[in-house]
Amino acid sequence: MNQVPDILRILPEVILTLAGVAVMMIEAVLHQNTSRRPLGWLAVGSVAAAFWASMAQFQMAPGTGFHGVVQTDSFSAFFHVLICGIVLVCCLIALDCMPERGENMGEFFALVLFGAVGMVLMSSAVELLLVFIALEISSISTYILAGFRKHSVKGPESSLKYFLLGSFATAFFLYGVALVFGATGTTNIREIAATLATTPMPAFPVIALAMMLIGIGFKVSAAPFQVWTPDVYEGAPSPVVALMSTAPKAAAFAVLLRLTYAVFPLLHVQWSSLLWLMAALSMTVGNLAALRQQNVKRMLAYSSIAHAGYLLVAFSAPSSEGIAAASFYAVAYAAMNVGIFAVVSHVGGYDDHLNSISDYRGVAYRSPLMGAVLAFFLISLIGIPFTGGFFGKFYVFAAALHAGAIWLAIIGLLNSGIAAYYYLRLLTTVYTRHAEDSAEPNIAPLSIPIVLALLLTVGSTLVLGIMPGRVLYAARWAASSVVPPTAAPTEIVVAPLQPAR
Amino acid sequence: MVPIAYYLVLSALLFSIGAGAFLIKRNIITVFMSIELMLNAVNLSFVAFAYQWHAIRGQIFVFFVMVVAAAEAAVGLAIIIAVYRTRNTLNVDQIDLMKL
Amino acid sequence: MRNPYYWNYLPFMLQVLAAVAIASGMVLASWFVGRHRSSRVKLEAYECGMVAQGDARGRFSVRFYMVAMLFILFDVEAVFMMPWAVIYRQLPQLTGSRMFGFWEMLVYLGFVLVGFFYIVKKGILDWASDKADL
Repeated sequence: MNQVPDILRILPEVILTLAGVAVMMIEAVLHQNTSRRPLGWLAVGSVAAAFWASMAQFQMAPGTGFHGVVQTDSFSAFFHVLICGIVLVCCLIALDCMPERGENMGEFFALVLFGAVGMVLMSSAVELLLVFIALEISSISTYILAGFRKHSVKGPESSLKYFLLGSFATAFFLYGVALVFGATGTTNIREIAATLATTPMPAFPVIALAMMLIGIGFKVSAAPFQVWTPDVYEGAPSPVVALMSTAPKAAAFAVLLRLTYAVFPLLHVQWSSLLWLMAALSMTVGNLAALRQQNVKRMLAYSSIAHAGYLLVAFSAPSSEGIAAASFYAVAYAAMNVGIFAVVSHVGGYDDHLNSISDYRGVAYRSPLMGAVLAFFLISLIGIPFTGGFFGKFYVFAAALHAGAIWLAIIGLLNSGIAAYYYLRLLTTVYTRHAEDSAEPNIAPLSIPIVLALLLTVGSTLVLGIMPGRVLYAARWAASSVVPPTAAPTEIVVAPLQPAR
Repeated sequence: MVPIAYYLVLSALLFSIGAGAFLIKRNIITVFMSIELMLNAVNLSFVAFAYQWHAIRGQIFVFFVMVVAAAEAAVGLAIIIAVYRTRNTLNVDQIDLMKL
Repeated sequence: MRNPYYWNYLPFMLQVLAAVAIASGMVLASWFVGRHRSSRVKLEAYECGMVAQGDARGRFSVRFYMVAMLFILFDVEAVFMMPWAVIYRQLPQLTGSRMFGFWEMLVYLGFVLVGFFYIVKKGILDWASDKADL
């Protein structure tokens, strides 16, 4: 095994950081009235480079760098690639709908890049100190991004709510870290796991784990820690919502998977029952609340809570099958959710002039392409076959059934039925013609970035729905580096499971 | 030497006071201060544990928490100013434009 | 109070008692010895001997706050330099590379400098101009 230089282990982070600094510096020296669009393209290019660097990490010999602080293996590479992909599409969406000049648009892309550094680092950090710093880098950037429309009334409010509850959650996570440190005398994930495996269980780790679950529960907006989500999503600009409903959640789920499966495998009974509860609550609360929403972004916020719940279902599986299902679901969810927010931000615009469901009436006739793409993503969110959403749900529920969590799977399937109602309601509204041809605000003409963004998201959702094999293989490989498979790898039986209606 | 349990109890108390104040207080600045209190309570735990384990790592953690808290404070106060400019109030009960 | 551990705190306790006694003694003595004459001037807010003007709750320009905030940020960033300086001579053995510790700190300072350059360019430290969008 040849030695990998430390710097290559954090190459995506280095690329993103340097690009962020470059964007920030150019923004500072550019004249106020110059277009900031080239900065956006610079961001897109650098995220693409980081994407490529993350892909290359799959080939790298797994190991740690910088004195055991970061670890690159197939798991971290999987989430690196996912997060870089999400950020890439979000930059494209922003290029499409954000104003070209004024409001310090360069800062927007710099913050997105810095946030991406944090999220990417979260998935490869194996030292709780670095996990904490990465979490904060990503959080602080998203706090600012949420309130980016600082002159609107809702922007600062959204940012404030996100900030206050986010830091509250961080404090809980940090207290959990402190207790783990107290119980084991170390903050390195591998050393913690080794210490916990040999010492008899004191009470500390259980409390510590519960505290960390609270902190991460907030970040992934799982019930009962979901209250901030709809308000923040409503007030934040749509490209930002596309980013923060997927990328930080994927990163937080990566941390959660590492914590639960690699650090506290002995506490499996405790955390799996807690996560069982969180999953059931998130699905039910999210879907029931989404039924009565009038605002599209709020509805999608509740839908994202429900999807966090579906993902948590995978944690009921004790083996690497759960990790694989959760990772696959993270990809499928990211593809369709970023996609639907691409449509929402193109149709609704930067200022959200179309925001309620009734505003979306007849969108499909004013812009047939947007209508069709929106319909496609809604179908995928419902979980109808030939879309990524179907296989995502399928593997998650299969993993739960394998582990014997039958009730959780039943709750999940019932919830998918409820969810279909509000997704279909939006779908029918989009395809309902106006009674009289009123003077509605027109939808902006298509631009190159939005076409690229839609191509990428529609393409990946379709690929995940028709030939999920490669991604599933990558997810299983990722899972194997968190939990080495003990028995023969359990093949997921392709049973004729009914698609969620 | 003061037994470590004292520090831990104090830290837990401070953390609970912070969490309680976060939920009860109505002024945004006070709410924000209670978050800082929670972070500093955690810092106390870290230092106590670092002393007990003779592990310098806990104290390094405190440095980083302090720096992150400062960064968070800067961003948080900027957000609070932005809120004040659009609303002319710092009462969390009146920041309620978006509700269920 | 058999625990010898608590006796370690006896000097501390004595000092607290002495401080309280001296402080309250001075206040009480002046209360008993002095004469009490109340007047308008005495009830006014004390402002370095000047005649107080305006309300204490006036609003300040946000620039003061910006400078204070930036001061805190740059101030706290120095926290990493202290431990670095203390163990700088041992860093080659600890990291296994002769210059690693040096370059690490240079990278860190580079980022701090980038931030400083940014705020200067954005005109935050420029008191007289309205270039910055505050």
